[in-house]
Amino acid sequence: MTESLRPESDEQVREVVAWAVGEEAPLEILGRGSKRGLGRPLQTQRSLDLSGLSGITLYEPEELILRARAGTPLAEIEAALAENRQQLAFEPMDPGPLLGAEPGGGSLGGLLACNLAGPRRVKAGAARDHFLGFEAVSGRGEAFKSGGRVVKNVTGYDLCKLLAGSYGTLAVMTEATLKVLPAPEKTRSVLVLGLEERAGVQALSRALGSAHEVSAAAHLPAEIAARSAVAYIRDAGASVTLVRVEGTGLSVEHRCRALRAELADFGETEELHSHNSATAWTEIRDVGPLLGKGEAVVWRLSVAPTQGPEVAARLRAELAAQAYYDWGGGLVWLAVEGSEDLGTDDGGEAAVRRALGSGGHATLIRAPEDLRARVPVFQPQDPAKAALSERIKSGFDPRRVLNPGRMYAGV
Amino acid sequence: MKMPDPDQVIIARKAEIAAALREIVPGEGVIVEEQELKAYESDGLTAYRQVPLIVVLPSTTEEVSRVLAYCQENEVKVVPRGAGTSLSGGALPLADGILLGLGKFNRILEIDFENRCAVVQPGVTNLGITKAVEHAGFYYAPDPSSQIACTIGGNVAENAGGVHCLKYGLTTNNLLGLKMVMIDGTVVEVGGKHLESEGYDLLGLMTGSEGLLGVVTEVTVRILRKPETARALLLGFGSSEAAGDTVAAIIAGGIIPGGMEMMDKPAIHAAEAFVHAGYPLDVEALLIVELDGPEAEVDQLIERVSEIAKAEGATTLRASQSDEERLTFWAGRKAAFPAVGQISPDYYCMDGTIPRHQLAKVLTRMTELSSHYGLRVANVFHAGDGNLHPLILYDANTPGELEKAEDFGSDILKLCVEVGGVLTGEHGVGVEKRDLMGSMFTETDLDQQERVKCAFDPKALLNPGKVFPQLHSCAELGRVHINRGQLRFPDLPRF
Repeated sequence: MTESLRPESDEQVREVVAWAVGEEAPLEILGRGSKRGLGRPLQTQRSLDLSGLSGITLYEPEELILRARAGTPLAEIEAALAENRQQLAFEPMDPGPLLGAEPGGGSLGGLLACNLAGPRRVKAGAARDHFLGFEAVSGRGEAFKSGGRVVKNVTGYDLCKLLAGSYGTLAVMTEATLKVLPAPEKTRSVLVLGLEERAGVQALSRALGSAHEVSAAAHLPAEIAARSAVAYIRDAGASVTLVRVEGTGLSVEHRCRALRAELADFGETEELHSHNSATAWTEIRDVGPLLGKGEAVVWRLSVAPTQGPEVAARLRAELAAQAYYDWGGGLVWLAVEGSEDLGTDDGGEAAVRRALGSGGHATLIRAPEDLRARVPVFQPQDPAKAALSERIKSGFDPRRVLNPGRMYAGV
Repeated sequence: MKMPDPDQVIIARKAEIAAALREIVPGEGVIVEEQELKAYESDGLTAYRQVPLIVVLPSTTEEVSRVLAYCQENEVKVVPRGAGTSLSGGALPLADGILLGLGKFNRILEIDFENRCAVVQPGVTNLGITKAVEHAGFYYAPDPSSQIACTIGGNVAENAGGVHCLKYGLTTNNLLGLKMVMIDGTVVEVGGKHLESEGYDLLGLMTGSEGLLGVVTEVTVRILRKPETARALLLGFGSSEAAGDTVAAIIAGGIIPGGMEMMDKPAIHAAEAFVHAGYPLDVEALLIVELDGPEAEVDQLIERVSEIAKAEGATTLRASQSDEERLTFWAGRKAAFPAVGQISPDYYCMDGTIPRHQLAKVLTRMTELSSHYGLRVANVFHAGDGNLHPLILYDANTPGELEKAEDFGSDILKLCVEVGGVLTGEHGVGVEKRDLMGSMFTETDLDQQERVKCAFDPKALLNPGKVFPQLHSCAELGRVHINRGQLRFPDLPRF
């Protein structure tokens, strides 16, 4: 039975961590718990729940910044931004449905700790690229801050980058400031039908290398496309390659035409307008709708875009797996099916690492707890980087009280 | 500015150290003659000078690794240097340290258009990357004003910006991978042609670390397709408030220009006298707003921004009708620093960032400070992102004026912090702003930063004396303070 501590002030957070340091009592750090199933399972008796630290504390649309307490629901932030026709440009995925939780359950702190991103990553970056400053409590039980509330800032080390994607292993954020951006007036997508995977990624490379400011680029093989809620995609009966453009109405129409001309030699093209386009990109972003609600183990591979189809082909030679591509081919979402039957009880881990070779990294995103305890969830690091990670961890959390082992054993 | 006391023992060992380094870097790669060392005595912040003990110019990662391993073993300090264009003294040498110049790392290793990236050595200039890819219609986005000379290695160390970063990001947003050498000689590769790296974001941490954590020997950058078109508006206003309101209204209107630059009256006059860009001289503030992207969109947005500027009372409004005219609009802004150099024997360039709505307040206070110190100031401002470059005019030959300019500069930076901004937007802390760090950070904040340094360089041999006001020993910083005993939060909600 774990005990959940739910502080309501920054000072209470500091007290809890200071106590944990003294008792050497490790804590599981939670924003709102929506991504609890991500990473290596923890062996902690207590959780530090930040849902009591909630609320937007500063939002200045004309300054493009928003500051909120770490436990603020992401949904609340997105609603406030939408009222001012703004958005988080990195389009954070909602992993809830994929992990079996309700959609829309995440917090600001969790979003940053996991460095979430979505299809617009290719153009606008990830959470790390929009993370301007924070207040936090280190694993020494000390309150500290880094960064600021302005976009351009090189005063001291960029600890925002270090905390983004650290899965709560370095510090407990209590408040964070983000850069926000205007939402596009209009969105459309151009589809190319029936391309095999390598040709699909070539089409994406051409679109992303064009002057048409493509904001997302994905390829769905036929069996994945068939699961889409968008009729055009579901009923295509073929693979679907998608590129998205955003901007003012006139510009979007003009660029869609230009892209269709530019991609015409690949095959038949179609266009998706606002609603259908939005639905398709939400499915691609959140993965759950496309890789099914079944028991399959899901991996996320980040590779050089042109390597995506090569890696997937190597994997399919070894495993029963399905894959689709975002980020112009650079993000491969992979579902490994029936791994028990195949006698591979590692969820395809060995095959995934082999297929990657030395370029890129893979993370086990959805798997039963025992599998996440058994195989490396994050890409194993070489000895030099592993040692460096341990020393960084020791600087922030010498007694290993914050999410110990969430990413790597010993970290 | 006090630098750490030079270690006389190391200085006495100069010949021995030089001999050992020559074993690693053959031929002319090790410089010991006073006359030749003098070329390296300062960077772009010329008020500070120090001849280094020895200059080493390696040309391979292997050489860098062996040099650093030797320095770690012998406790010799190391100052890395790219082109030496730092405006904060980031590459200021040490009397008891070697200067590690990376100028020989000047090759472009690979251009990969399909994956939209280039792999380059750190001594390649910023503009050199764009030159290498522009034949295919690509470019490298961050464009610091020193881009002809500054190197990508230095850009990584300082997280360099430029006039386009509101839309296209800083160096940190345009990198994919690094190869770097740690002080013990270990070579570490971070990232690659893929996005993000496994584990902690070392790529993000290294960027802007001012040469304190490691020496970069290879950089993978993102390259972008050049926008289809770019057009600029030249807008004049009767007050800096009106110009500031226009900037706010443009952004509130959902428009992110490719560049948005403001100049105040002294800067406008200096620039106009220097390059004759056709700037109006009867205005208090000038805005250059550049919109880039697909042609249909740019024409539409030029109209919208014009409407906004008119509504805010612009007294001058010109939209570029050709690329030549657009470049003329920019000519004055791009030459603003040398132009100010024409009207004053010396100038001191500051680099604070402020929340944009504080601009009028900051400018008013700066005018007061200007009369207090009896020194003129001209302002150029990356208006989109709040990065302010006040240029303080002084004469180094007048006794006491440099000190007065520095005090004036410190007051401006403290003011930036006071209104919610920061000490440096893109030039770095270096030696220049080191002693002001306490105005922005508490001791706990700084200790936590220094612990990051300890993870990389426990003996503090890489670029010491920069960024941090005082270096604690890593042993001291590593201690854990424990309050064992009572659970001190009886009222905490538990579930």
